[in-house]
Amino acid sequence: MAENESQEKIKEDTQKLLTKWKNKRGALIMALHDIQGLFGYVPWEAMEVTAKEMGVPMARIYAVLTFYNYFKLKAPGKVIISVCDGTACHIKGAQGLLDAFYNCLGLKDGQTTEDGLFHLQVVRCLGCCGLAPVIVVNGKTYGKNTPADVQKIIAEWREKMAETQGV
Amino acid sequence: MEEMITLTIDSKEVKVPKGTSVLDAAKMIQVEIPTLCYHPDLHPSAACGICIVKINGKMLRSCCTPAEEGMEVITRDPDIIEARRTVLKLTLSKHPNECLTCQKNEMCELQSLAGKFGIRANAFDNITPTPFEMPKDASTKCIVLDPRKCILCGRCVEVCQHIQNVWALSILDRSVKTHIAPAGDSRLADSPCIKCGQCTAHCPTGALVEYDDSERVWSMLQEKDNYCVVQIAPAVRVSMGEAFGYEPGTVTTGKIYAALRKMGFKAIFDTNFGADVTIMEEGSEFVERFVNGNGVLPMITSCCPAWVDFMEKFYPDMIPHFSTCKSPHAIVGALTKTYYAEKIGVEPSKIKVISIMPCTAKKFEILRSKEMFASGFQDVDVSLTTREICRMIKQAGIDFVNLQEERADSPLGEYTGAATVFGFTGGVMEAALRTVHYLVTGQEMNKEDLEVKPILGVEKGIKEMTLNLAGKEVRICVAHGTGNVETVMKRLQEAKEKGEEPPYHFIEVMACNGGCIGGGGQPLGVTDEIRKARMAGLMSDDEFSEFRCSHQNPSIKKLYEEFLGKPLSEKSHHLLHTSYQPIPLYKR
Ligand code: SF4
Ligand code: SF4
Ligand code: SF4
Ligand code: FES
Ligand code: FES
Repeated sequence: MAENESQEKIKEDTQKLLTKWKNKRGALIMALHDIQGLFGYVPWEAMEVTAKEMGVPMARIYAVLTFYNYFKLKAPGKVIISVCDGTACHIKGAQGLLDAFYNCLGLKDGQTTEDGLFHLQVVRCLGCCGLAPVIVVNGKTYGKNTPADVQKIIAEWREKMAETQGV
Repeated sequence: MEEMITLTIDSKEVKVPKGTSVLDAAKMIQVEIPTLCYHPDLHPSAACGICIVKINGKMLRSCCTPAEEGMEVITRDPDIIEARRTVLKLTLSKHPNECLTCQKNEMCELQSLAGKFGIRANAFDNITPTPFEMPKDASTKCIVLDPRKCILCGRCVEVCQHIQNVWALSILDRSVKTHIAPAGDSRLADSPCIKCGQCTAHCPTGALVEYDDSERVWSMLQEKDNYCVVQIAPAVRVSMGEAFGYEPGTVTTGKIYAALRKMGFKAIFDTNFGADVTIMEEGSEFVERFVNGNGVLPMITSCCPAWVDFMEKFYPDMIPHFSTCKSPHAIVGALTKTYYAEKIGVEPSKIKVISIMPCTAKKFEILRSKEMFASGFQDVDVSLTTREICRMIKQAGIDFVNLQEERADSPLGEYTGAATVFGFTGGVMEAALRTVHYLVTGQEMNKEDLEVKPILGVEKGIKEMTLNLAGKEVRICVAHGTGNVETVMKRLQEAKEKGEEPPYHFIEVMACNGGCIGGGGQPLGVTDEIRKARMAGLMSDDEFSEFRCSHQNPSIKKLYEEFLGKPLSEKSHHLLHTSYQPIPLYKR
């Protein structure tokens, strides 16, 4: 049931988004780009709506999507990054970590990367001030971080996701 | 006057019409250039590079290079041969060495080129990346796609997308992962594929072939209790000879009957008998709709299962327009297990009906709906393509050429000229009109009018004409190749939107180019020349028939007297008619 609902939602949202591209020639790639921006990937239901609305066979849409590495066909596993900005972490340099995330991923509090892979949130004290400044990624705790560690953490999770999700 | 161009090929001057490719220009002076991705039916994809020649000193692909005034072409020198060998070696280095067990063995274009070029060892063992492994897709039970044997020539994609307008297949991914598959890597059975088999008729290798049911038929023939009955489609009689060295279009009906009898079939029937029944039913249905106003117009023919599949997927709103009449082989199946079974006193459960078809989609049709079990059993047990039966005859060691001609068995073996023309585009319409004319006017058509010229022929994809029937205009349209359907449907739609009368009353569609004579299960290597020759063969079969209209067939008259009553009777409806349902393009 829940799945049907989300499929319907995807169809509706795609329909809305496509009004912008519908009657433009050669707009397929840009439309698919927008769809990925919205969902973080290009869902099958969105492809079907695009095929219908833009009068392009699925075979061509799928050929385009698989030709460019940029497009994702599966919902990427979200990597939720929590950066603590509680007092202890704040003093120990949480802001430097947040700056590093912004530089590497372009993310501020509450934002998700365009491919849907990383989500950043700023949290209050996580109860392990001894390890400040603290980052928690999908439940795994990293302590005593420096801005340089941020890069390593991102690389580590990228690799992990590529392995398990094929994205 | 066409503009002509003069060029030199291997020091020989040749004049060709403007727009001719260098490859075709060479063919005109009997200079052979090897090809692999090129096919005369299709737009050149220029994917393989084996057709390379030197033009004014530059290496170019001849299949996609237009001839130009004053061009100097060299088609063979040691450099060119070396380049061609390299193309072949690279292709072979990614190809499984499975010729011995491959369904295309002896029929494969890659294999024969490798033989011709004397490639004896895999030269690129070490540098080739592991080929992209993908499982076989036999999900349709009509065609089989084995991506490992695919050389990415693009022919199947071209035919599926641009000739058939189905878009089941496309080229997916890139670099070493490039492969042919339906969108989403769906199974073909879950894709828009209509099983027309045109991809298998155009694939140069064993990557796309017909689903082989011949072993099942051999075991049916072995089983002592079985009463095996066989029937051959109209278009098979003019193509089968090709596998045994005859010119395309040679009518070998009598030898085919003889060969089938030697293989052990107990009764040899002819799908043409079923075609005559189809005309009785479909013709009456048209008269009901056209004269008596019972049912919507235009009426559309339904004897091509790939076309039916296409309509159910792409134009489900057209369902009420379809004739409900089954296709000829399904009719012969249903009548064999009822009418004939009663006549000879054999338990229908013991009867196995095998149909020999030019078609891969027929394999799907025999299972497509509950109406295909109208006799209480599966009406047609197995449908074989022309290619499969030719292999079986060779396996049996039958000397086809020297066979004495034989006759089919009675009563489901007698047919008229109207039935035999079912095999090519325009033929079903023509056959129907002969009988419709009789049903409406009570008079036979004049002999000179029997061949409705404007709707015959393979050149034009859409053919139209208006016919006068007892003072009323009948507007007719004939299309072949599902790629031509969209235009016809648009015309219908536009008229509807404008509130006008439909532009046609009666439409015939056959999914394959040229109709069944160019069917997806026919002997390979088809070109328009061959299609025309096969069509001419069927037309002569018609011309020399004793009866040329379905309603004149004495066995058909008897069938209605003894068994069915009259066309569109309750019994006819139960045994000879079917229904249609919308089908989604993709199943996930
Ligand atoms: S059988 Fe016909 S529709 Fe199916 S993949 Fe082949 S060409 Fe396309
Ligand atoms: S499946 Fe056959 S026709 Fe299609 S690309 Fe591969 S080799 Fe060519
Ligand atoms: S045109 Fe004939 S051979 Fe082709 S799919 Fe239709 S019935 Fe089969
Ligand atoms: S304030 Fe950072 S862990 Fe408590
Ligand atoms: S035949 Fe010309 S490029 Fe393949």
